[in-house]
Parts: sequence; structure tokens; C-alpha cells
Amino acid sequence: MWIYFLRRTVLAIAIVAIAVTLLRVMIHAVPGDPAVMMLGPRATPALIAEFREKMGLNEPFHVQMVTFFANLLKGDMGTDVFTGRSVTQIVMEQFPYTVELIFTSVGWAALVGIPLGCYSAIRRNTLFDKITGIASVGTISIPSFVMALYALLIFAVGLGWLPAVGAGEGTLGDRLHHLILPSLAVGIPWVGYTARIVRASMLEVLGENHVRMARAFGLPEMRIIFRYALPIAILPTITLLGVGVAYLLSAAVFAEVIFARPGIGSLIVNAVDERNYPIVMGCVLVTTVLIVVATMISDFVNALLDPRAREGL
Amino acid sequence: MSTAEDSGGTRRKTVGDGAFMQHLRQLSRDQLGMLGLILVLLIVLGAIFADWIVPYDPLKIYAGPRLAPPSWEHWFGTDQLGRDVLSRVIAGGRVALQVAIATLAAALSVGLLLGLIAGYGPRWLDNALLLLFDAVRSFPIIIFALAVVTLIGPSLYTVILVVAITSIPNYARIVRTQTQAMRTNEFILAERAMGAGPARILAIHILPNVIGPLLILASMDVPLVISVEAGLSFLGMGVKPPTPSWGTILNDGYSYIRNSPWPVIAGGIPIILVTLGFTFLGEALRDIFDPKLRKDL
Repeated sequence: MWIYFLRRTVLAIAIVAIAVTLLRVMIHAVPGDPAVMMLGPRATPALIAEFREKMGLNEPFHVQMVTFFANLLKGDMGTDVFTGRSVTQIVMEQFPYTVELIFTSVGWAALVGIPLGCYSAIRRNTLFDKITGIASVGTISIPSFVMALYALLIFAVGLGWLPAVGAGEGTLGDRLHHLILPSLAVGIPWVGYTARIVRASMLEVLGENHVRMARAFGLPEMRIIFRYALPIAILPTITLLGVGVAYLLSAAVFAEVIFARPGIGSLIVNAVDERNYPIVMGCVLVTTVLIVVATMISDFVNALLDPRAREGL
Repeated sequence: MSTAEDSGGTRRKTVGDGAFMQHLRQLSRDQLGMLGLILVLLIVLGAIFADWIVPYDPLKIYAGPRLAPPSWEHWFGTDQLGRDVLSRVIAGGRVALQVAIATLAAALSVGLLLGLIAGYGPRWLDNALLLLFDAVRSFPIIIFALAVVTLIGPSLYTVILVVAITSIPNYARIVRTQTQAMRTNEFILAERAMGAGPARILAIHILPNVIGPLLILASMDVPLVISVEAGLSFLGMGVKPPTPSWGTILNDGYSYIRNSPWPVIAGGIPIILVTLGFTFLGEALRDIFDPKLRKDL
């Protein structure tokens, strides 16, 4: 078990290292001078020279890589081109907003998806089950930014029930109020996905011997479902989350832009507009690490629950 | 493995039209699948014949009303420049499908090649490629796309490049698993005993068997590709204006969402229809050709 954890952690570190290297290689593989690209076509040669010096672009590639990794280990992701502030600081300021959004979205998935899936499994092949099935497939495939735009249009612009802009300030209530719409838009595909997975695994569990025995003992149906079936049936959703973080992050970018919320998404979109490459890199780095860590944790949970999963590595 | 053989190209050739009609009949029994097929056909035909069916020139700026609500003259209303939104929506389908076809073709061919190499090559190469796939898969697609846009600028090609790169690992992994399962098969061993080289074995014997399931998976990825293109264009990082794309229509409409919701509604509908269409059709096709694939998804 511990050997598995160790090997999985080493693998995760290797994946992050390779991903980071790929990003650095990408900057150099692109034709043209990165300094010129970041400063724009009107930059003077003197300015470009100074910029190259400052960003360490004059060093040979391998030296740049070593410096970059050494700085990264110290938590230093470079400095912002325009303000001269530390990228780590800027990104970390915005990061909590995105994490908050993602967690609330997962909350929607758990709050709505699990009961839907559970009820569909119990009332299998009824109209309710079929409609839920179609709706799940639908919500999974419709892109989240279209959801976000329609949600904004209906609930904020049309009905005026919920705020359209910002993250709210001060009180928890106000912040939650501002979170409802964006997290719904990000989380709806996960409601469908969770419902689908819970339904499938619930059907499997309901056919198992311990449930049949509980039935034979004449336990009330509600007790069988909530005490003996559902706790087992929701386990697969945990491993789903590992894979899901990548999609949630992409969806969060759109939700943040559409609802004008602070966060990594808004930060990176603005940085791209300004061609502020250090910030863009910082955002990619932090989100990549988040995804690798999430996948790793979900693998750990999976390994704890299912010893067979440990064999694969 | 029988999975791969059943849907592989070799068998279909010998059975011919009969099998095709049989599959079509199976599809016609699946209501959602038929709905998907109709939606996909509608969008594809609309994209092909866009030039003939658009009521107005999608690029031309008309002197008429701006941000007008739907009317008999303009079914979806007009945008902030007075352009007809319906015409732009129809023309936008062309961009969406172009991106989808180019991206999937690129991702499939590279993914197929890398997957065959990983599955048939030496162990160290397999491990190295797997690690590379895992690294690429850990990039969040939209955020990675934005990073590439900063480097090479927004364009249709950037979108195609990014989506292709991020979907290569998915295809390569599936091909790798199938190739590995097949390399110890007796007919492959027999080929090797007769002196066939790796290139011949891969191209003539393994390729036809892995390509079927791969194509079904690719058809299910069409919605993803289209939504990434639309998403990037929505952020202003994809297709450049004035080219009509569903994403740019949404982007234009978003700025005026408080006064005129029509462009946003109109830009979202085709995206919803096309994603639903391909998903329903893909699921139906998967059930018909390859029920076992269900497990992998």
C-alpha cells in the first residue's frame, strides 16, 4: 500500500515536471522572439534588449530551464511584465475564488445528482428515469459557457432574481448569493454525470446479496436504500472527481468571465489580452498542478477502496 | 479483441451492403439516435449549402435596424452592426464543422501513429510515451489554449492545433491498449514467423482492427471540439471577426445582453443542437457497433 502511494507520488511529480518542460519548450519552439511578442510590434530595440536581459532570455536554453526549475522549487514563478509584482502572489490571490467556485459546483452535483441518480435507479424504467437519463446526457454534452450565458440571461437579466456581476463582498450570505448562478452553470454537467454514475452503480448494488438479504429480513425499503445501498453506490463518484477537475477548471474560466467574477479564469483572460506571458504561465502551472494532485488523490482513494487498483502501477 | 474485429474495416468489406442496412434498421429503432442523426444532418447540410440558404449576406452591414428583435424579415433579429443573425448562425456552422473535421483528422492520425508505436514498440518507449500522454492530459484544455494563443496569436489554426494536441493522448491510449492486446495474437505471431516486419504487421494487420472503435470515439468527440472552438471564439481568442462563428456571435451578443438578448439566444441554440445531435447519434452508434466500448467511457 505504502509502496503504491510512494510510486504514485513520484509519478505525479514526474508528470508535473514534464508538463512544465513542455510549456517552456513551447515558448522556444514558436517562431519569432518571445520578447518581441510580449512587448508588441512597436517596441524599440533597446526595450527589447532590456526585456530579454530581465527575463533571462539571453541565457542558453538549458541554463534557463535550470534557473526556472530552481525558482519554481522556491515557489517563485517569475515577475509580472507590467507591474513587476511576483507572479506567485498575483496568482495565489485569485486562486481561492476559483477553488471556491469549483467546490460549490461539485456541491450542486452532489446535492442534486446523487438524489436524482438514486431515485432513477429505484424507479427504474419509469418515465422519470427516462427523462432523467436524457436530461443527463443533454447536460453533459452542452458546453458550460452556453449554460452560463443562458443562466445569466434567464435568472439575472430576465427575472432579476440573482446578481449577475462580481463575487460579492463581506458577508458569507452575499458571497453565496453571488455564487449560485456561476456554480450552477459550472456544475450542471456534473449533476447529469453524477446522476448517471450513481444510477448505474446503485442498480448494481441493489442486485447484490446483502441487499437481497436485508429485503428477506423485511427491513423497510428506505432503510435498505439509505443504510445499505446508497453509501456503497456513491463511491464511484469520488474517483470521478479526479478526472473532473480539468473540466471544472475550463468551465470555471468561462463562468468567471461571463459573471465578471475574480479568479484564475478572469486573470488569465486579461493576461492573454495584455500578452502578459509570465502571468499566463503561472496560471497554467497552478491549474496543471491542481489537476495532477486531484487525479492523484482520487487514485489514492480508489486504491484504498479497491486493492485491485494498486496493481496497475 | 473480438470488439475490434467486429467493427473493423476488414469484415465490413466482405459483408457489404447487407450489414449497413441492418445497422441502419437498428439505428431507426433508437429514437434518440434518430433525433441525433436528423440534427447532425441538418447542421451538416446547413454548413455545406450555407451560401445558398442564408437569407442575407452574413458579413454585410445593413443600414436597417440594429439589435432588432426577431421579425419576419430577420428571424433571429439583427446584431449591433445591423447584420442578420440567422445568416450568421448558418454560416457559423461551416466554421464549426471545418474546425471539427480538421482537428479530428489531425488528432486521429497522430494519435493512431503514437498509439501503435507505444503498443508495439519496446517497453521503455511505451513508458516514455505514456508519461508524455499523462503530462499533456494534465493541461486544462481552455487554459492551455489561452497560453498557446498568447504565444502564436488567435486564429482558426491555433484552435485546431490546441484541440488536436490535447486529444491525441486519448486516442493514442486506446490504440495502445488494443495494439498491446493484439500483438500476442496467433495470427500476428504467424506473420512474424513468416518474416513480416513491424511496419507491415502494424499497417496491414493491426491498423484495420483498431480503427473502427477509434472512429466511433472520435465522432463522440465532435461536440467537445466544437464547444472548444466556440468557447475560444467567445473569449475573442479563436476565430477573428468578422468571420461568423457561433462563439463570436455569442461574444457580440454578450456585450449587449441587457438590452437585446436575441443574439445570445440565437448563438447558443446551434451549439446546443449540434452537441446534443452528435452525442445522441454517437451513443446510438456505439451501442450498435460496439456495446463493449461503454465500459471504457
